[in-house]
Amino acid sequence: MRHDDICHIRDLGPNGHILSGGYAVKITVNVNGTAQTSDVEPRQLLVHYVRETLGLTGTNVGCDTSSCGACTLHVNGQSVKSCTMLAVQADGQNVTTIEGIAKGDELHPMQKAFMENHGLQCGYCTPGMVMAAIGILDENPKPTEDEVRVALEGNLCRCTGYHNIVKSVLACANG
Amino acid sequence: MIPAAFDYKRASSAEEAISLIAQAGDEAKFLAGGHSLLPLMKLRLAAPSMLIDIGRVTDLSYIREAGDHIAIGALTRHTEVENSAVLQQHVPLLAHAASHVGDPQVRHRGTIGGSIAHADAASDLPATTLALGATYVVQGPNGRRSIAAPDFYAGFLENSMNADEMLVEIQVPKMNGAGWSFQKFNRRAQDWAIVGVAAWRRGSDSGVALVNMGSTPILASSVASAIKGGASIADAAQQAVAEADPQGDLNASVEYRTHLAKVLVRRALEESTK
Ligand SMILES: Cc1cc2nc3c(=O)[nH]c(=O)nc-3n(C[C@H](O)[C@H](O)[C@H](O)COP(=O)(O)OP(=O)(O)OC[C@H]3O[C@@H](n4cnc5c(N)ncnc54)[C@H](O)[C@@H]3O)c2cc1C
Ligand code: FES
Ligand code: FES
Repeated sequence: MRHDDICHIRDLGPNGHILSGGYAVKITVNVNGTAQTSDVEPRQLLVHYVRETLGLTGTNVGCDTSSCGACTLHVNGQSVKSCTMLAVQADGQNVTTIEGIAKGDELHPMQKAFMENHGLQCGYCTPGMVMAAIGILDENPKPTEDEVRVALEGNLCRCTGYHNIVKSVLACANG
Repeated sequence: MIPAAFDYKRASSAEEAISLIAQAGDEAKFLAGGHSLLPLMKLRLAAPSMLIDIGRVTDLSYIREAGDHIAIGALTRHTEVENSAVLQQHVPLLAHAASHVGDPQVRHRGTIGGSIAHADAASDLPATTLALGATYVVQGPNGRRSIAAPDFYAGFLENSMNADEMLVEIQVPKMNGAGWSFQKFNRRAQDWAIVGVAAWRRGSDSGVALVNMGSTPILASSVASAIKGGASIADAAQQAVAEADPQGDLNASVEYRTHLAKVLVRRALEESTK
């Protein structure tokens, strides 16, 4: 999107493009391999875009203050906290959410590792944990246990199942 | 938590960003990685009328050798600073300090320019570049000018740039094999430092700066003078708070911060002395 496009849409005035408190801009985001075009308010957070505009509710909101990592997804292959990014910042980029990592019925190896190693209890932190963990192995394919613990510092598990989460990531790295 | 409504423009070059902010006036702000600004906007502690997104000004994302210093583009993300082979070789203190910023997700988004422009005394990179004697290059409607790091930090979350200026480059002198140390004391993983120290030393030359020991990052010049004058590390460390003005908060009292600064400066000097 170029900003003249934004002005253009804005010039359309109240006919369907003015949302509460602001105006809409058109963005196109490649989400899990599919180009999605939507009108969004500039202030819409990426996590709300994914959950509410696209209906992909696998990505959770935990703290909403960039502390817990429940909202972690990938932008251009890197893990980010989607509660601290605007949807407009993802315009033209590739976004991968937890819904986009399995191949049909076949779970992603990290999902399988979490399942096999009891890496989840209530499951609330799990989508963010899995996305963060995939990012960790992308950058460091054979991490030590310490490296996994440090690299997961941005993800909290309120069920405190950290041992099995770390075990899952290591199992995936070595599997 | 949703920010108050704002207008959004995306700039594709520094020139465009500067002309957009000049037109937009006081209430507009640059958006780089958004990892300081968006949390403030979500809490409605900031409500700019317009965001000028400079996150795609990719020609300001670089790390390169330039004679006696390394030039870093303002839009370079923490993760690139952390993993840069050029910085690991020539300015290992900065690469290491960047690896202590937040967590991997934060480092994938946050930029060195955003961190310095935000001028948070509690942030790691303002103090680290201050200790290293960095120069910040800013660009305005009439071109570029350089600001020495000690002249940049004007007050609490305040820098000395004009409203229509943008930080474009950080120039950090090569360390030429100097010893160094980065001490970050925090209670929880991912947190900002309660107190932090960035230090380097080569013989009687040294640079020491403090994180979260005042309303700006603090250059501990008295420590460097003491070392220059031949003081022992223990004696030099006693000068740690000479320039500081620590505040008490939920994490630490003024007394505790003062004690911590002296201990961490001593450790940092010990580690830097080889
Ligand atoms: C959970 C979390 C933990 C964190 N932990 C740490 C930590 O431990 N240590 C630490 O140091 N930091 C920490 N941070 C802050 C992080 O480093 C930010 O990325 C950084 O402070 C701001 O960079 P940004 O690119 O995100 O800037 P933005 O948020 O986009 O901008 C910050 C401010 O600078 C201005 N600005 C940005 N770029 C420029 C420019 N080029 N020229 C002029 N003005 C500009 C903006 O207008 C804004 O006012 C943390 C952040 C989060 C969310
Ligand atoms: S909801 Fe985004 S980090 Fe907690
Ligand atoms: S499994 Fe319950 S929060 Fe992690």
